[in-house]
Amino acid sequence: MINLYINRLSKGKQLFLGTLLICFTSGICKLLGGAVDYKIVGFILLVNVSLIAAVFDILPVLYAASISALIWDFFFIPPFYTFQVGTADDTILLLTYFVIAIVSGVLTYKIRQIEKIARQKEEKANTVKLYNTLFNSLSHELRTPIATIIGATDNLQNQDQKLSISQRNELIAEISKASFRLNQQVENLLSMSRLETGIIQPKKDWCDINEIVYHMIDVIEESDITQKITINIEQSFPLFKTDKGMLEQILYNILQNAIVHTASDTAIDIYAKCYTDILEITIEDNGEGFPDDEILLVFNKFYRLQQSKTGGTGLGLSIVKGFAEALSGKVMLENRSTGGARFTIQIPGESSYLKNLKNE
Amino acid sequence: MSNRTSILVIDDEIQIRKLLAITLESNDYEVIQAMTAREGLILSANHPPDLILLDLGLPDESGHEVLQKLREWYTGPVIILSVIQSEEDIIKALDNGANDYLVKPFRTGELLARIRSALRGKLNEQLTSTLTAGEISIDFSARTVKKNNLVLKLTSTEYTLFSLLIKNEGKVLTHHHLLKEVWGPGYINQSQYLRVFIAQLRKKIEDDPNHPAYILTESGVGYRFVGNE
Repeated sequence: MINLYINRLSKGKQLFLGTLLICFTSGICKLLGGAVDYKIVGFILLVNVSLIAAVFDILPVLYAASISALIWDFFFIPPFYTFQVGTADDTILLLTYFVIAIVSGVLTYKIRQIEKIARQKEEKANTVKLYNTLFNSLSHELRTPIATIIGATDNLQNQDQKLSISQRNELIAEISKASFRLNQQVENLLSMSRLETGIIQPKKDWCDINEIVYHMIDVIEESDITQKITINIEQSFPLFKTDKGMLEQILYNILQNAIVHTASDTAIDIYAKCYTDILEITIEDNGEGFPDDEILLVFNKFYRLQQSKTGGTGLGLSIVKGFAEALSGKVMLENRSTGGARFTIQIPGESSYLKNLKNE
Repeated sequence: MSNRTSILVIDDEIQIRKLLAITLESNDYEVIQAMTAREGLILSANHPPDLILLDLGLPDESGHEVLQKLREWYTGPVIILSVIQSEEDIIKALDNGANDYLVKPFRTGELLARIRSALRGKLNEQLTSTLTAGEISIDFSARTVKKNNLVLKLTSTEYTLFSLLIKNEGKVLTHHHLLKEVWGPGYINQSQYLRVFIAQLRKKIEDDPNHPAYILTESGVGYRFVGNE
């Protein structure tokens, strides 16, 4: 972390900080006067250069190595306050110092470069992995309905005489189902790209929550579902100010997810509560729930459960999260103690009990 | 000239025009096709059709502009067909005089129902003192609404709102339009009034207020009254 921060410093700042550190250290050593032997001071300065090498770029490191050698020579190696060196021993010492400072600086820098390259490689590998997952699931989700449509129409065009009326109707029904599935995937991709580009702006208006929930259930139930959905919301539920389209999409995606991934006869219950400035909608089912170790991952983009038997792009729930956050709210997922999953959506906003006032 | 109802389709996509032509002709409408805004305007001026289906994304001019030009002289119903889903676009088209809109992809059954209701609306324009739609009837002179011949107790505001909806049967009325007509120009942003009164009207008029069959919501846009067909 600290590395990341320091790497973002400009070269000038790195030079300045390096100089500061060396001047500070040598200043303290000078203040201590004769208590510290000048050879020890050399070692302390060497440590400084190594520290600088551990975090800074190559140029500031070389600079720190040179300037610390000069300071050491000028202020500490007798005779003081001159660049001359008294004895042959000290000359060798100074030269050795300089070489060690440069070599250790360069080596540390090189090691960091290698680490950096390794890290980049790893990141790239992860991105490639993510893209592969994306392409696999996307191509599956898009190609399956396209294959169905092409195959079925081809059949209808070329095998017409051989098909019974019921077979024809079945093929037509498959084409219809495939088109709607394709349409839904395209909608999801468009929503995702709108979220990614950040051009999505909530348009808040007063919403009749009952109306929205009942409407979404009607939409979901258009495709014959086998689960039983129950709405447990009071008729006198207050109006709430939020983006209707986004709220609908959130509910639709959670419900659609439940419909696709739970067994037939699963019961799905919807509850809503309104605190003064928070709308809370809960959607729970009595299905199998989510594996504990994956429950936090399901809102990630393109994430699909390891054991997932049914298809999916891994987009639906990430859009739920994206929209909830676009409304400054959040979505939570937990397994119920009695079995099954519970999604809780919380959205801040204004509520209005105007609905319950007697008019005129 | 045939006496069939004529529909002008203005859309640059050949696939959509073909689909519409087959669907409409098999339902006994006469179909005229235009692939550009220019062609559409010329054709509609030469032989005014009974109804126009207009795509918003045309190559030479935007559908909004075509609609504005059409409305300078054409009084028949115009239904917008568009892949553009933004509510602003839909509201703009409705405010510019479109009778209805459908977002592509749509079901052809839905399109035919919208066409029938738009054409019916044309007949409703002759002012009558009573209107009947399904089990609901309204008497404008007596200011009463009946369902299955039983008088419904509506407040004055509820009545005003409902009469506006039923007079425009099949047509989408935008939130702003309804608020302005019922409550006045100062109220166009008070959408909670509309939500409340729509909910109350539904409780009195619908068999099941949670699954409305008469007063339908057009998400983010407005409301539409439909009589049961």
